[in-house]
Amino acid sequence: MTAATIGGKAIVPARPERSAGVWATAWRRLRNDRVGMVSLAIVIAFVLLILASALGLVAKDWQKEIGVPNAPPTFVGARVEEVTKDPLASLVAKDAKPVDLSDIDPLAPKYKEWSERAAKIQIADPPRAQTLPFGADRLGRDVLSKAVKGAEISIFVGLFAAVVATLIGTVLGALAGYVGGKLGDFLEWVYNVFTSIPDILLIFAFAAVLGRGIGTVVMILGLAGWTGMYRQVRAEYIKHRTREYVRAAEAIGVSHAQRMFVHVLPNVSHVILVRMSLLVVGFIKAEVILSFLGLGVPVDQVSWGTMLSEAQAELVLGNWWQLAAATLFMAVFVTAFSLLTDALRDALDPKLR
Amino acid sequence: MGNLVSVRDLRVSFRLGKSHVVDAVRGISFDIPENSAVALVGESGSGKSVSAMSIVRLLPENAIVSADSRIEFGGRNLLTEPIEVLRDIRGKDITVVFQEPMSSLNPVFTVGDQIAEVLQLHRGLSRRQSMERVVELLNEVGIPDPRPRLASYPHELSGGQQQRVMIAMAIACEPKLLIADEPTTALDVTVQRQILELIANLRAKFKMSVLFISHDLALVGEIADQVVVMREGVVRENDSVVRIFSQPKDPYTLALLACRPRLDAKPRRLPVIDDFLSADGTTSLAPVVLAIAAEIRQARPPEPVPIVEARGLRKEYRLKTGLFARKQIDAVKDASFGLARGRTLGVVGESGSGKTTVGMLLMRLVQPTAGQVLFEGKDLLALSDAALMAYRRRIQIIFQNPYASLNPRFTVGQILTEPMRVHGIGDSDDERFAMAVALARRVGLPPDCIHKYPHEFSGGQRQRIAIARVLSMRPEVIICDESVSALDVSVQATVLNLLLDLQDEFAISYLFISHDLAVVKYMADDILVMSQGAIVERGPSEAIYEAPQHEYTKKLLAAIPRGFQRVPA
Repeated sequence: MTAATIGGKAIVPARPERSAGVWATAWRRLRNDRVGMVSLAIVIAFVLLILASALGLVAKDWQKEIGVPNAPPTFVGARVEEVTKDPLASLVAKDAKPVDLSDIDPLAPKYKEWSERAAKIQIADPPRAQTLPFGADRLGRDVLSKAVKGAEISIFVGLFAAVVATLIGTVLGALAGYVGGKLGDFLEWVYNVFTSIPDILLIFAFAAVLGRGIGTVVMILGLAGWTGMYRQVRAEYIKHRTREYVRAAEAIGVSHAQRMFVHVLPNVSHVILVRMSLLVVGFIKAEVILSFLGLGVPVDQVSWGTMLSEAQAELVLGNWWQLAAATLFMAVFVTAFSLLTDALRDALDPKLR
Repeated sequence: MGNLVSVRDLRVSFRLGKSHVVDAVRGISFDIPENSAVALVGESGSGKSVSAMSIVRLLPENAIVSADSRIEFGGRNLLTEPIEVLRDIRGKDITVVFQEPMSSLNPVFTVGDQIAEVLQLHRGLSRRQSMERVVELLNEVGIPDPRPRLASYPHELSGGQQQRVMIAMAIACEPKLLIADEPTTALDVTVQRQILELIANLRAKFKMSVLFISHDLALVGEIADQVVVMREGVVRENDSVVRIFSQPKDPYTLALLACRPRLDAKPRRLPVIDDFLSADGTTSLAPVVLAIAAEIRQARPPEPVPIVEARGLRKEYRLKTGLFARKQIDAVKDASFGLARGRTLGVVGESGSGKTTVGMLLMRLVQPTAGQVLFEGKDLLALSDAALMAYRRRIQIIFQNPYASLNPRFTVGQILTEPMRVHGIGDSDDERFAMAVALARRVGLPPDCIHKYPHEFSGGQRQRIAIARVLSMRPEVIICDESVSALDVSVQATVLNLLLDLQDEFAISYLFISHDLAVVKYMADDILVMSQGAIVERGPSEAIYEAPQHEYTKKLLAAIPRGFQRVPA
């Protein structure tokens, strides 16, 4: 390190202990928030779960039909086979001998041969479980594995769609708020067009054009959902644009782009972060609705939405576990995430004196 | 004459976080006699507002009042009375006028309705009766032609009129005690004078007591009978106003009186609190300090060639008032002046006089409608943005509010090195960092400040950071836009001393903009007086103060609080 001289004095600067930054203080405040920490733990658990699932460590075989169709959860117990009564039983004599038809049956000689051949080619059908930890769907697939795999897709879609929406909303919002003028008017116009169309119609329109697939769902939600973020970021930029610290940066000669993204952006980042986590929650629910309507993830994949969609038919038969599993996973995650968002908002409050 | 309110051993602390408790008031006692004015004086954080608000129990949720504290009023302890009793007392027997009239009035109700509400609540008057009374009250507080004013909304009134409305509301039920919490701090000096006179008149007329809270000892001297000087939650001195001003006993009181720039003398440097209070906070070093203060700064000879010259500078704002209608407002009308190297040009004026706009125009932070700014003969306003960069470095600005002008997400190191990086000063980041450390030391910041964030510093320290940031560009001209107005008086003195030292060391020219005439007088060689966008008077600072020519200048000078001088009631 070079020593500088100012006012004739040589100064060798030392680098003292770094002071706690805004994020470090926020973390300290978050740590004191019990609800926030529990929520954070749950969210982290979910993230680990979907990582494990994505790496194939858990729920790899979710498509295997390992239980009997609609096998109930273990804690409910195996379905009691109802003894179906033959409605004709009373009409037939109980000890009546079967009538021997072999002399008039032309195929009679082949029965033995056939049964021998059948015995030879008979495949070993793996024994199907009567019950599974959280039951099975109509094909006998494990609902728990489905829910884990579904979490992977749903959360992935929610997170990435939120990232896309945040990027679009932040960049456009920053431009509209900071630059204003003609560009601001134009972006307001785009915003108004987007918000004047009902969201679900917009989503349908994108879905119809783009075809099915996870990437599509992410794009659809991102393209349809940036407006709220845009509006809020724009408002923040309008507020900060005339603040004295931005004025001071201008006086120093800092360029527009630097002022927009180096000076103002960190000061509105807490707003963006909180808004983004709200978007994650919203998009997870939106993906569920999309899949429920058949516009979401492809048929060979599973998400909480497709599970709920299947559950619709099963519920009529009294098979509630698929619905319960998907709902439970979603409710826990969404609640934890929302509470975490709340705690984050408190922790990131920038009113630092 | 009995005591109206007796405060005994008041202790208030605030709970910040789970185990963090901060003591705001540490066991203070004082009395408010009947029909008298008591002033609580202190700097920010002294606990003066908390003490006053404890009387009506208008404290934040996280406040803890000690169980031993007593505030007696009419034979009752206000701290333990049920809230219903207190609610009855508030607005009727004890009323409050706050600092910011604009935010204390509800913007969606008319002035008439807001004052009438008090009467309907405490006097049980009907709407028509109360409106009659409101007209009388508005008359009382000096609002001209009050009847049509009943239907006005707060934003239609000026700041002074809003404060009059607040006072009308406070005296509506003829209270026994009026608590005025910095009632004139947000107002211009001439308006401050009027409000002060109004309060003095009303006090005499209604035979009520006033608890006046202020940071300004000189202002308090004009209105109070009894002065309580507070610091860090403790009463430093409690005495009659005569004795506080003639024979202050506490060194802190002495320091408060001495650190304000005086109009009649121009010492080399201003005494600061630390000069008066030694490390243990008790021993007085006053004689030494007064010797420092007695060292007079000589008037400097005029410098003929200006480094910056403004010619015919004009700024108009056009407001849309209808579909096609436009209203033109002249923020600055035809301002021409020159600023010499190493000299200070003061700009004084009240809010709306255009003094800040002049500073912004010089910096080209606001585009002028017409005029030129010549920097060593080169017109800054005609330069392209790229060409301007070279000059940006040489002419710089220090803003008013050090809480707002520093980016809260930057460390002090980042704040100080950024301008150097922008202007290519220094060869490497390490070198710039070293220069930042040296600068921080030069402006008197603690050496470990460089990795800290602005919120970890006090107001005065933050303004030092802002000064260091500006110095990092080695400017030749610095515009100080109300640069000490947001600071406590004692801190003001230290920052003013620093600015003077820097001027001597680096031959910097200052354009010193302020509403505070005493400060401008102390700092400036020459002064411009501005009113409604126009320069109404100019000249050497001594001449302006000794023989003001223009009516407006005379009015401004007459409005400066001069300490212990009675307001004619």
